Amino acid sequence: MRQAVNAVLRRDLRVETRTPQVVPGMALFSISAFVVFHFALQQRSVEGNLAAGVLWVTLLLAAVLGIARQFVADREEGGFEGFLLAPVDRTAMLVAKAASLFIFLVALELVAVPAFLLMLLGPSPVEVWRLLLALLLADLGIAFVGTLVGALAVQSRARDLLVPLLALPLLVPLLIGAVKLSAPVFGGPVAAARWPWVLALYDLVFGLVAYAVFDFLLED
Amino acid sequence: MYGTRLRALSIATLLTLAGGFALAAFYAPEDADQGFMQKILYLHVPMAIVALCGFVFGAVCAIQHLRTGASRWDLRSYVAIHMSLIFGAGVLVTGSIWARASWGHWWVWDEPTLVSFLIVFLLYATYQPLRFSIEDRDKQSRYASVFAITAGAFVPLNFLAVRLAQTYTHPRVFATTDGGLEPRMKLAFYVCLLGMALLYATLWKYEMASKNTSAQIKALRRRLAGDEPPGPRRSAAPKLESA
Repeated sequence: MRQAVNAVLRRDLRVETRTPQVVPGMALFSISAFVVFHFALQQRSVEGNLAAGVLWVTLLLAAVLGIARQFVADREEGGFEGFLLAPVDRTAMLVAKAASLFIFLVALELVAVPAFLLMLLGPSPVEVWRLLLALLLADLGIAFVGTLVGALAVQSRARDLLVPLLALPLLVPLLIGAVKLSAPVFGGPVAAARWPWVLALYDLVFGLVAYAVFDFLLED
Repeated sequence: MYGTRLRALSIATLLTLAGGFALAAFYAPEDADQGFMQKILYLHVPMAIVALCGFVFGAVCAIQHLRTGASRWDLRSYVAIHMSLIFGAGVLVTGSIWARASWGHWWVWDEPTLVSFLIVFLLYATYQPLRFSIEDRDKQSRYASVFAITAGAFVPLNFLAVRLAQTYTHPRVFATTDGGLEPRMKLAFYVCLLGMALLYATLWKYEMASKNTSAQIKALRRRLAGDEPPGPRRSAAPKLESA
């Protein structure tokens, strides 16, 4: 199992490092989104709840871009067949894909969050650990839900249409938690202490759901 | 034979629903604050409860489908979600009317139940496009089941998150569905809830009977005329193997 996960994960990372496609795409998208937000909101800087909202909407939409690309190569270049022929547990595919999506999201945030702080944020951030915790928990959740949604949509003709339609409603609870958790960093009101737990519960539930149903997405 | 006992079920539904609405209109007292408008409660809340239970029922059928691989479970799950979507549209419309009457706006964001319901509705609205866009039948039903299970797990989580997100809630007539209800109102409400559940069951059975019967007719026709190429599909409903 560990070997198979390693193999698939290393392959995905190698593909991405040789021809960088997903991470630069997501990063560029997030910076364009900040520019769009600047003009759409007609503000030089944002703070508080508005800042948290701008950051998380951007990250979520950028993540949707990554989710849509996740399984495309496997489908088009025969990666699924190769994986199914190998005598390994199919859950390895889920773990590897979720891990690679997680790594891509972290790479995206290494660009997008500093860019946000420089370009849009008014007050200097305080209690940055809240933002880091929110990013960690949200990335985990997006990795599981995204892998499930990506695998669901990749076999359909309307893939690019279905991914955002499926992913955005599913990610709404996660967005609520992430925004609540990170608003104080940008000068917003401090939310109740339960939000990290809600996010953790979300990650746990969708991790288990993905584990339970993912096998059925890989048959034949 | 399909659709047995449909007549009895239909009559029971009609009687219970009519009785429930009559109780709601004439027996239950008018609300002191909202007056007659509050009576939409007897339509809106049962419909919402039944729609959500229908989504969960769809998820349970989907689990059965993945376990057994029998296409009749896929059909059950499909029809359950289809019916719940129709009920869900009704819930959103009646909820919006109620919001307009009691708070003066067609849509209020600080009503957590209605907002969660909208998110759930939006998610399930992708169920049919997903089915339509996967050509391979076998794959289509498996993927639809995976979706139904994921969405079924999402429903309670979503309600939890949206409810917690409200820093304050609007003053409401009743704290929970039966918390502050007067006994006569409670009786009318439960009869309406039963009637709505019966309505859901009846419509579900009708749809199942129709789907099964048309599959059977198609099979018979094919046997009469020899194999004919299938026409263009107009529905993403699962096809049953003909007996």
